Amino acid sequence: MSERRRRFFDDAAGPVVRPYAVTRGRTREQGPPIDLVAVVIGAAPSTADRRWLETEHLRLLARCRRPITVADLASDLDLPIGVVRVLLGDLIGRGLARVNPPAPSEFACDEAVLRMVLDELHSL
Amino acid sequence: MSSTPFDRPPGSRPIAIKILIAGGFGAGKTTFVGTASEIRPLRTEGDMTSAGITVDDTTGVESKESTTVAMDFGRITFRRNIVLYLFGTPGQRRFWFMWEGLARGTAAAVVLADTRRLSDCFGAIDFFEQRGTPFVVAINRFDGAPRYGEARIRVALDLEPGVPIVMCDARHRESVVKVLIAVVEHALRLSGGTRSGAEGRTRGAATGRGSTVI
Repeated sequence: MSERRRRFFDDAAGPVVRPYAVTRGRTREQGPPIDLVAVVIGAAPSTADRRWLETEHLRLLARCRRPITVADLASDLDLPIGVVRVLLGDLIGRGLARVNPPAPSEFACDEAVLRMVLDELHSL
Repeated sequence: MSSTPFDRPPGSRPIAIKILIAGGFGAGKTTFVGTASEIRPLRTEGDMTSAGITVDDTTGVESKESTTVAMDFGRITFRRNIVLYLFGTPGQRRFWFMWEGLARGTAAAVVLADTRRLSDCFGAIDFFEQRGTPFVVAINRFDGAPRYGEARIRVALDLEPGVPIVMCDARHRESVVKVLIAVVEHALRLSGGTRSGAEGRTRGAATGRGSTVI
């Protein structure tokens, strides 16, 4: 684990930082809130897209060529969740990413999924 | 606006399910998540509330805008691309503003409790009760901590009869898996009926209910 990463990894708060530098100060994504376990799928950016895309957008896009959850993206890219949400909002707005919201409220009650998880837990 | 079509994703979409691990500071949340799963670094952030500023030492900080909080985050990957995500909620009161966002879409929750400081988990129990989130209380048996029976703990926590209480040792995988099984079973039981909503009561509030029993 890098020194930078370890610095934040304690039980309490990390140091005071300005995590929104890469989002140019924006702290809220466009559109509805994106769930932590919503699944993101990214598209391949065109040459025209690359003109406006920031490095962090490109890193994020590269990571979501396979379906991946928001939480995994944030962890893999070592970016705070809020920053990932803002960047994703940009990409969704430009048609470069899609989020399949697991429709939280109904998903949370999905009996079939709960049963599958229960079976798997029993087999551990 | 790009017209780039989406590539056919090379992997199938994971089926993700989220369980929150809550409880007071030091109740063993990090240990629990680490025992159950491969723990991964995850940061979130938030504007400091005025309440937070009075708690946090801000000496030497010129401009306080946002703080980064390390969260306990673990995942257990099962067959058929099913992934169980565990998120530890920050225990300190000043980070409670994060709970609402974390709890969105949560299938179930585990409230970890330490019998030496039972009142530390009142806030978590109130929170999940009011949201109607299925939860179990897991008593993390610390060495040297008093051992109480389930009935006494239920009274002390002012828990409804339907809320399961399980004993566990957050250091042992088998024990932690048993807690996860208990909470998923509980969520399944409740998914058949209507979840109860807000009860409008606060544990250990003015009446002191539950705060002195154990």
